[in-house]
Amino acid sequence: MNPAPFELSMLLAILPEILLVVLAALVLLLNLGVRHRAEGVLGWLTAIGLAVIAVLSAVFARPGDTPQLIFGGMLRLDWVSFSFRLLFLLGAAITVLVSLEHARTITGEYLALLLVSTLGMSLMASSANLIMLYLAIETTSLPLYLLAGYYVENQKSVESGIKYMLYGAVTSAVMLYGFSLLFGLSGTANLAMIPFRLTQTGVSPLLVGGALFLTLVGFGFKVSAAPFHFWAPDVYEGAPTPIAGFLSTASKAAGFAVLVRVLLVTFPQLASFWTLVVAILAALSMIVGNLLALTQRNIKRLLAYSSIAQAGYILVGVAADSPLGVAGMVYYLTSYLVTNLAAFAIVWLVAQQVGSEDLDAFSGLGKRNPAIALAMLISLLSLGGIPPLSGFIGKVLVFAAAVEAGQVALAIIGVLTSVIGLYYYLTVMKILYRPAVDEAPLKPSLSWRTAMLICVVLMLALGVIVAPWYGQSLAAASALF
Amino acid sequence: MGFPVLSLIIFIPLIAGLIILALPAERKQAIRVVALVASLMDLVLAFWVYFTYDVQAGGYQFVERMDWVKSLGIAYFTGVNGVSVPLVLLGAVVLTSGVMVSWKVEERPREFFAFYMFLGSSVQGVFCSLDLFMLFFFFELAVFPKYLMIAIWGYPKTRDYGSMKLTLYLFLGSVLSLVGVLAMWSAGGHTFDMLELEKAGFSRAFQTGWFLVVFGGFAILGGIFPFHSWAPDGHVAAPTAVSMMLAGVEMKVGAFAALRVAITLMPDGARFYAPLILALGTVNVVYGALIAMIQSDFKYVIGFSSVSHMGLVMIGFATLNREGLLGAGLQMFSHGIMTALFFAVVGMVYDRAHTRHIPELGGLSQKMPLAALGFIIAGLVSMGMPGFSGFVAEFPIFMGAWQVMPIVAIIAILGVIVTAGYILLVVRRVFYGNLPEQLNALVGDVSTMDKIVIVGLSAMMVLMGILPTWTRMVPLIESGIAQILVLLGGA
Repeated sequence: MNPAPFELSMLLAILPEILLVVLAALVLLLNLGVRHRAEGVLGWLTAIGLAVIAVLSAVFARPGDTPQLIFGGMLRLDWVSFSFRLLFLLGAAITVLVSLEHARTITGEYLALLLVSTLGMSLMASSANLIMLYLAIETTSLPLYLLAGYYVENQKSVESGIKYMLYGAVTSAVMLYGFSLLFGLSGTANLAMIPFRLTQTGVSPLLVGGALFLTLVGFGFKVSAAPFHFWAPDVYEGAPTPIAGFLSTASKAAGFAVLVRVLLVTFPQLASFWTLVVAILAALSMIVGNLLALTQRNIKRLLAYSSIAQAGYILVGVAADSPLGVAGMVYYLTSYLVTNLAAFAIVWLVAQQVGSEDLDAFSGLGKRNPAIALAMLISLLSLGGIPPLSGFIGKVLVFAAAVEAGQVALAIIGVLTSVIGLYYYLTVMKILYRPAVDEAPLKPSLSWRTAMLICVVLMLALGVIVAPWYGQSLAAASALF
Repeated sequence: MGFPVLSLIIFIPLIAGLIILALPAERKQAIRVVALVASLMDLVLAFWVYFTYDVQAGGYQFVERMDWVKSLGIAYFTGVNGVSVPLVLLGAVVLTSGVMVSWKVEERPREFFAFYMFLGSSVQGVFCSLDLFMLFFFFELAVFPKYLMIAIWGYPKTRDYGSMKLTLYLFLGSVLSLVGVLAMWSAGGHTFDMLELEKAGFSRAFQTGWFLVVFGGFAILGGIFPFHSWAPDGHVAAPTAVSMMLAGVEMKVGAFAALRVAITLMPDGARFYAPLILALGTVNVVYGALIAMIQSDFKYVIGFSSVSHMGLVMIGFATLNREGLLGAGLQMFSHGIMTALFFAVVGMVYDRAHTRHIPELGGLSQKMPLAALGFIIAGLVSMGMPGFSGFVAEFPIFMGAWQVMPIVAIIAILGVIVTAGYILLVVRRVFYGNLPEQLNALVGDVSTMDKIVIVGLSAMMVLMGILPTWTRMVPLIESGIAQILVLLGGA
């Protein structure tokens, strides 16, 4: 497929990205004007702006029947980029609403960084060129490094930012090395052209496999799959909680978007090799994440290990190398995005009040605010994969893909580790309903409640009304096959 | 399609649960009334299905179908046959009785009754499903109410352990079956429709490979040896109503799913593994009874008796013949009612005496005569005494077992003798003999609600025992079994 010549209508395809830049600039400008007090206004403006962008992108930036290469082959307009963009916008909007709960976090810089990072993710999902892809990944990562270390007076937060940056820089360098090998071997940076050039020039599969392996390191870091997961618990623990939520969901989803695109489009000839590698990463993540989560006493670290395990389940869908698997991955990611954001939002709220992120801080939540306890219960059940919540559908889809692809062993490992997962989710759930010393009622802000309502409604809707978003996920998947 | 009676049976408890959650926690009376009204509505509808199901026509009736996720072959698809109709009734009966015996629950009644209603919805959903995905959906819907009800309202000393053990065992079983079910979906033409899968004709190799995974996963919930130990621990830790639901209905959910999904969809696999299941079922019967014999905790006696009786159901399944399957179907209903009554009476005793340690109990028939009578009737059912439902159920199982493997029948009958031993022993030690001094002051008679439950459940067991055909129980289950036998390729 050749890139289409430039037309003005192509600008419409990147309208969401343009608007994100505009919104970020606007937020920074307004920040100068309304320096104090009015941070809440900025936050609401950002959240509503994100919602408007989501609507506009759903209307104007729809891909056609056939995927289209635009801007000289830099971007690919298809259902993958479309679906993921909606996910990122949703994730960013929820993160902003949750951040509003606590005034300290909400400044123009914070919001602008978040918006730029979202812009990077959106470009990640649509990149069709190695150079564009690398730039997009860095555009996503740099603001996130800053955001993770946003509490400059808090040692843990600074440590978190630095750690994230160091890990990110190293894996990104390794990945870039892989990219450069690919470019050198094939002579093209166009993702879709690489496999043809490689066949033409007859490069040894061993070399290509090596390059593939190096790029996988970078993606593995982004999705926090074992054994590239070591950063996650420390970074989540130190980072401002809404940012930890954002890192564990939207950023991870962006990693998966590039992972499937590169694997399916660039390495179809090596499918038997990479399905094996991805299956091993999946199994490792499920086992390591779930086992290490068992011993955690800090809720954010527990959620960090759980998110490693969840990455493993999502990788099961990738390893299947089938439309069902990729559709399952997209569905799972959507479910996981709303679920984990809700969980982190509750952690944020409770930790602010109690002043501790220990598991015991959650005791008595059932008395302090039954609705929030119920929301936490729902999130944990969805993470554990229990109906009628979205996590159940996600798990069924990826395991079905695994069984369909003949990877029964992987499916069995998946279900066995999900039993371990259920154990620690239940443990947290029980604590919610334990009596506590402090039973003062919890009163979250309007923005927080809005975010929570969106998350809970989506968890239930995706768990019961499966067909619409599954159809969307399937459309995204078929754009890659 | 007509009147969506099965959907109502499934969703009335669910909606009631949501209504209860929306009520303010202080309005305890309103909460109880909503729960009772919903469960009574469920009961009426279940009776209606029970008496209007056309036995002559057989097959699946009250069918409703609506596509859910068409591209994955998932549908909302309900229907009942002769085997599931009595189980739907059982679910409704136990749901109602559970609400009535929990009338006095004072700790967080709102969450208690709401979760209990969700549990009721889950079991009815499984019994009515004709779509495997839907069956799983409802099957796993029970995970969190089960866990939380034991963990929050359970017996303080063992609830942490019991609730976690039960939930993880059952979740393990269900996810293993899920993998097997996904394999069936993949090999059977990408549909979860069980009527389609019946015609899929899975290869022999497929069936022998997957049967054990699917059957085993569900049979864990049915309490099969050696994965039975969740049952006594879980039942004992649970509050009374939940024990009734778990032992009375949930174990049947497991057995029913094992029959419906594993045996009827993979008959070659069933034939291949039948001897193994027969052997395990026999161990269940004898081992469960022997362990029940030596328990000093009143509730553990009943907990292990469930393990023992569910062994008979497994034996009935594994005979794969008309008599055995008929007996298993009858036993599922009979045992469900019987064990619900057992646990109800145990709960009534514990609520008053504040102990379940058998040596500390005695002479309670003086204080609570009706409860004692109920317990004795349940005990007679449990022993398989003629004139009670237990006999109607167990006798065909032994007949069926005798045809395929006489030794199993002989050993299982010996197990029933042990049952008679521990039941008589516990009746004498708890309800007769001297009434200890401290109990004299503590224990009063049971409440009116409790009396209704005892009389209702006892009456069902006696009626079914004396008039098995007139009460439609035997003809109903026979018609369901005929359908299964066609699939099994026999008779």
